[in-house]
Amino acid sequence: MLAYIIRRLLYAIPILIGVNLITFALFFVVNTPDDMARMQLGVKRVTPEAIQKWKVERGYDKPLLLNVEATGLASLTDTIFFQKSARMFVGDFGRAEDGRDIAREIGARMGPSLAIALPTFILGLFVTVSFALTLAFFRASAFDFWGVVLCVAAMSISGLFYIIGGQYLISKLWRLVPISGFGEGLDAWRFLVLPVLIGVVSGIGSSTRWYRTIFLEEVSKDYVRTARAKGLPETLVFFRHVLRNALIPILTGVVVVIPLLFMGSLLTESFFGIPGLGSYTIDAINAQDFAVVRSMVFIGSVLYIVGLILTDISYTVVDPRIRFE
Amino acid sequence: MLKVDQLRLGFTAGKQTLAAVDGISFAIAKGETFALLGESGCGKSATAQGIMRLLPAAGRILGGSIQLDGEELLALPEADMRAWRGSRMAMIFQEPATSLNPVLTVGRQIGEVLERHRNLRGAGATERMLELLRQVGIADPERRLGEYPFQLSGGMKQRVMIAIALAGEPELLIADEPTTALDVTVQAQILDLLAGLQAERGMGMLLITHDLGVVARMAHRIGVMYAGELVEVASREDFFSRPQHPYTQALFAALPEVSRRGMALTTIPGQVPALSAMPAGCRFAERCPHVMAVCREISPPWREPQAGHAVRCHWQAEAAEENPLPPPAVSEAEVERPSFLAVSDLKVHFPIRRGLLQRTVGHVRAVDGVSLAISAGRTLALVGESGCGKTTVGKALLQLIKPSAGSVRLGPNELVGMAPKRLRAARRHMQMVFQDPFASLNPRLRVGDIIAEGMAALSTENDAEARLAAVAALLQQVGLPEEVAGRYPHEFSGGQRQRIAIARALAVQPELLICDEPTSALDVSVQAQILNLLKKLQQELGVAYLFITHNFAVVEYLAHDVAVMYLGRIVEQGRAEDVLRAPQHPYTQALLSAVPVPRLDAPTAVIRLGGETPSPAKPPAGCHFHPRCPHAMPVCREAYPETRRFSATHTVNCHLLP
Amino acid sequence: MMGFQIVVLWSDALIWLLVAAGVGVGLLIARNPPLLAAWRRVGANRVGMASATVLLAFILIGLLDSLHYRVQLDGKPGQKATYAIEVLSLLDVLASPLRTRNEKTYSAPFATRLYAKESIDLPGQGTVRDYPRLKYGGQHLGEREDEVAADAGLTAGRAVLLALLGWLAVAGLASAAVRQGSAAVNASGWQKIWRGETAFAWNAVLLTLLLILLFAVPLFWLAGQYHVFGTDKVGQDVLYQILKSVRTGLIIGLVTTLVMLPMAVLLGIVAGYFRGWVDDVIQYIYTVLNSIPGVLLIAAAVLMMQVVIDTHPQWFSTAAERADLRLLALCFILGITSWTGLCRLLRGETLKLRELEYIQAAQAFGVSNGRIIIRHILPNLMHIVIIALVMDFSGLVLAEAVLSYVGIGVDPTMTSFGTMINNARMELGREPAVWWSLVAAFSAMFVLVLAANLFADAVRDAFDPRAA
Repeated sequence: MLAYIIRRLLYAIPILIGVNLITFALFFVVNTPDDMARMQLGVKRVTPEAIQKWKVERGYDKPLLLNVEATGLASLTDTIFFQKSARMFVGDFGRAEDGRDIAREIGARMGPSLAIALPTFILGLFVTVSFALTLAFFRASAFDFWGVVLCVAAMSISGLFYIIGGQYLISKLWRLVPISGFGEGLDAWRFLVLPVLIGVVSGIGSSTRWYRTIFLEEVSKDYVRTARAKGLPETLVFFRHVLRNALIPILTGVVVVIPLLFMGSLLTESFFGIPGLGSYTIDAINAQDFAVVRSMVFIGSVLYIVGLILTDISYTVVDPRIRFE
Repeated sequence: MLKVDQLRLGFTAGKQTLAAVDGISFAIAKGETFALLGESGCGKSATAQGIMRLLPAAGRILGGSIQLDGEELLALPEADMRAWRGSRMAMIFQEPATSLNPVLTVGRQIGEVLERHRNLRGAGATERMLELLRQVGIADPERRLGEYPFQLSGGMKQRVMIAIALAGEPELLIADEPTTALDVTVQAQILDLLAGLQAERGMGMLLITHDLGVVARMAHRIGVMYAGELVEVASREDFFSRPQHPYTQALFAALPEVSRRGMALTTIPGQVPALSAMPAGCRFAERCPHVMAVCREISPPWREPQAGHAVRCHWQAEAAEENPLPPPAVSEAEVERPSFLAVSDLKVHFPIRRGLLQRTVGHVRAVDGVSLAISAGRTLALVGESGCGKTTVGKALLQLIKPSAGSVRLGPNELVGMAPKRLRAARRHMQMVFQDPFASLNPRLRVGDIIAEGMAALSTENDAEARLAAVAALLQQVGLPEEVAGRYPHEFSGGQRQRIAIARALAVQPELLICDEPTSALDVSVQAQILNLLKKLQQELGVAYLFITHNFAVVEYLAHDVAVMYLGRIVEQGRAEDVLRAPQHPYTQALLSAVPVPRLDAPTAVIRLGGETPSPAKPPAGCHFHPRCPHAMPVCREAYPETRRFSATHTVNCHLLP
Repeated sequence: MMGFQIVVLWSDALIWLLVAAGVGVGLLIARNPPLLAAWRRVGANRVGMASATVLLAFILIGLLDSLHYRVQLDGKPGQKATYAIEVLSLLDVLASPLRTRNEKTYSAPFATRLYAKESIDLPGQGTVRDYPRLKYGGQHLGEREDEVAADAGLTAGRAVLLALLGWLAVAGLASAAVRQGSAAVNASGWQKIWRGETAFAWNAVLLTLLLILLFAVPLFWLAGQYHVFGTDKVGQDVLYQILKSVRTGLIIGLVTTLVMLPMAVLLGIVAGYFRGWVDDVIQYIYTVLNSIPGVLLIAAAVLMMQVVIDTHPQWFSTAAERADLRLLALCFILGITSWTGLCRLLRGETLKLRELEYIQAAQAFGVSNGRIIIRHILPNLMHIVIIALVMDFSGLVLAEAVLSYVGIGVDPTMTSFGTMINNARMELGREPAVWWSLVAAFSAMFVLVLAANLFADAVRDAFDPRAA
């Protein structure tokens, strides 16, 4: 089993290198630094000197992959690829347009992101799995039918509507909680309630339906018939037999997103003015801050790969077939 | 004890409900085994599930009554029914592999029955579980309690299923095809176990099966089902000596066995009527050789020619007419011809990769040095249990799987390592017929295109019109009307599909047809049709068969030569009559004696093999068979026996022989 | 008659190509009984057919909006003709009252006056601050401004009558067609439809059509006199914006899948069929692409595309062309980030298929790999592709709104549900709230996505071999 996990870890390395190469290609090969400078400076102020100055300030004045002027190792290291892309592996993301250190900014913003994303995730998982389990338990009844109708309707509603409608109704009309903002310490809950609630509600439709399908698939398996033939009550059949087996496919989808919770949610954070990584990304997109977007792409991938590894490990916990491999 | 009366079960599809079981009645006494016999789709499994009230979601109980010790099961509230399930009545299913929960330990799965019905927990429960596992013949039960189903072999899983069923001390045990998914040697073990347990506990047992051999081995009384109805009920003796219903008689006549060698088997024409189009009269009328006008109008009532032997049939002829005249004998050409396919020392090894770098740490020796020869126009049967590598041999001959070593010589040409272009030409000479008639035809192609595929690929017939004519001729040859060329596979039954598959293989006029269990997915009556067809084709075309099978009855009926495989190697090889009449290898002897024989006079002195076939990844040292061999000697543990010649045409790999 | 110049935008070409492909595939299906049987099952599904009717209505709007032209400007005879910068579509012509009758700024649905007070010069009374009368909305009422409800009700009533008449005509045609097709004697076509005895779910289609007509006919009739959904900040009719958004949504939903299909199908089959190192490479590629969180990859790619577009203004002769290219680029980017799921699915299915006996039978004949893939594997994967196509549609329409909101969606000048929501969402904070743009955009989107979801379910149920 240890070999299995180590192998998964080793497999992550070439994938990270691939991600790095893709971001490098996207940010420096599709458009040359000159193009980016022209874009950032605006058409009116473009002069060769201004472009050069812009590039030097950001360290984009070096050759892409191979510096023929430098000697020895420096011919590889004194390049855009090494300075801007490869150094991300050691956590050096460079500076944003406003001159701040991106790595430090990311560290500071993870907290608020997590404060929203983690409760949303846990509560959402609990609500949707229980709802799906109830629907599957009463399968082929009127309750199940209308539950599925509700789910399809809910997943046909734009996520933006949940946020805009929720803010309007709860904060503006009923004035229950502040419309947006973020606070530290104990007071923070007032700011958290609404985004978490909206996050949970907007996920109900599609997740419930997905989990219900998984449960129904398990219910039709032979071992469930065996359990019934033993005379077990239906609740026990569900909680002991069906749930345990359904956990395996559910885990695939769930564990992989846990590390990504650090990244926060673009929409929620920007609507509610939460100083997390999501709003950081949105601000960077709107300001066309390439360095920040590039860093976020890389971090997102790292977290996703961590999620993949966690998924593999979690399999060994729930699935004895892998545990004893 | 159990009394089923006029039970009707149905399945809903859309707005309508179709009756799958239509008014069947029978009773089972304490300590009695009642076998429900029938071909697929006759409603026997639905009956079993209906008695447990465990029908699938679409199933409905439409009427009738089921009484256990005088209490009406169909009137019980679900909660009371649950208290009965698992305690007073228990059930064993066909597929041990899927019927156990994969993520719970064996102990947990037995324990929950004890907890539910015997109120046993903790140490007491463990004690009882160990006792149960010992009773079902599981060695080292302490270890097995903590294991998961995937760590057990197929036979062991079925033993655990039996232990679960026994845990509630049921009065009635329902076994739904309990050994169909198992190998013959394991089947023999499980049947012995069930018979022993039943006698010991005086349980009533309802045995659902399609296998006349299993019936002969197990049943006290037998009910034959056809198209949702019970057509004949008789005691074991009456059933095997005086079958009354034409359907029962046809089932017996369709069995391939050695006494029918050289004869065409009796077949049942036509098909079981669809649920939605059940005839008003006798449901068997359309296929019955003795059909009369009254049969088509009035559903026959029960009558009892002898006490305890009831039959639903209008036809009342004497027992003398029971056996219809044997069909015209097919003359057998027993001419020795030179072999044209010679296989020597064929090996197929699959690497096992493990560890950090996925290094090859060993090999699954699926085929490990097989040598055989096939002569034109003859049939060589390759016999063995599942996992012995017989299918892999077939595919390796065709180069569908690349052999790891050895040689396959077709005439003067060596096929192993042949360049793909030349190999294509060589493929003309051999073709394959596969096991599963549903997976072997592309559902998206018309039958005509399926059959013509080989001609197009091998360019044997390039003219489109000639190809159409060839397809028509082939269809006729396999007994299908010409028009089916324009239809799609889903419109055909399993037997018809197998005919199409045979036509496809014959399209390129091969000299050798590799038949990989071509009848194992078919019912007995359909199997007879396919065997007759194969025999006829051999006679007409002189094609040779490599017949891969686990069914000895088919071997006895069809094969000229036999090779018995165990763990990737051939252990005994020779003329069919020599090997089957005087088997020399202990494995062959055990295999033959494990086959349940559908006769009253079945031999009783049987050899029972312990254990199951080991994994081909780690074959035992020395003779592969020694851990299970009743005659194992010290030398068997050390060296693999070389091939010994028993007679000119009969070779055996066993140290017992000089 | 003014001259005009036909403009074929890239997205127009693609959308008509899709229509042509749809017709072609339809003909192919008609010749292939197993596929036809599956579509018959879809046709018998009442919910599926009702939603298909709604979808068709949307598609009709989108297609009308995909025939573009430029009007010739008045010039002296003999001079080279010059054409307007503005690219119009057939839909614009049909809806020209909606397009041209712009107010000054916000006005509520059925309002006769603007949303905001302005200083108005009244002759003889000097300047007063009041809600000015709208230039077009409710103009015909003159002084009788308080009779809006009565007037609109009357007009709607007439329109409903017309809708009913139109519907009866269609229903009559349908029942005649049903009677023609069936040999049954004792039931008229109409009775069979009503009792749901037809193989095709005519009752659902006709009922949906009735609802659509009852809604749409009065709506468009009234739209000639009022701004039924109000106007936006620059006074444009919201109904017109909704109509224009439909095409954007359809293109995102359909073209994206079309773009990713070839790659997903090819790589998925190749990986599953050949296995070995080919499989390793393809799996590596899609794991890497999958590792980058979708939104971020889209954000990065859209940013980069924006740089390309901005630094090459010479490529585009009109603003519409630039917006169109950005839309297409977005489709490509969405396609590239979303093909991995389908690819993995197809790979897994191919792995299963290649072990099937009919494939081995073909190999035993020495049929070439390419031919095996085309004859045996691809046709048996079609149901997965079709299911993926319809399942992805609704998700993509929803994604467009989110992406446009974030600023990495369609061009801000292009009308779409996302840009409508983005422009209108801040106005909810005003007193009284400007709610109509948002409500209209969300409702239209909901109807479209719900119809797509229900249709997708019907298709999945009909094509999934496990469900059948």
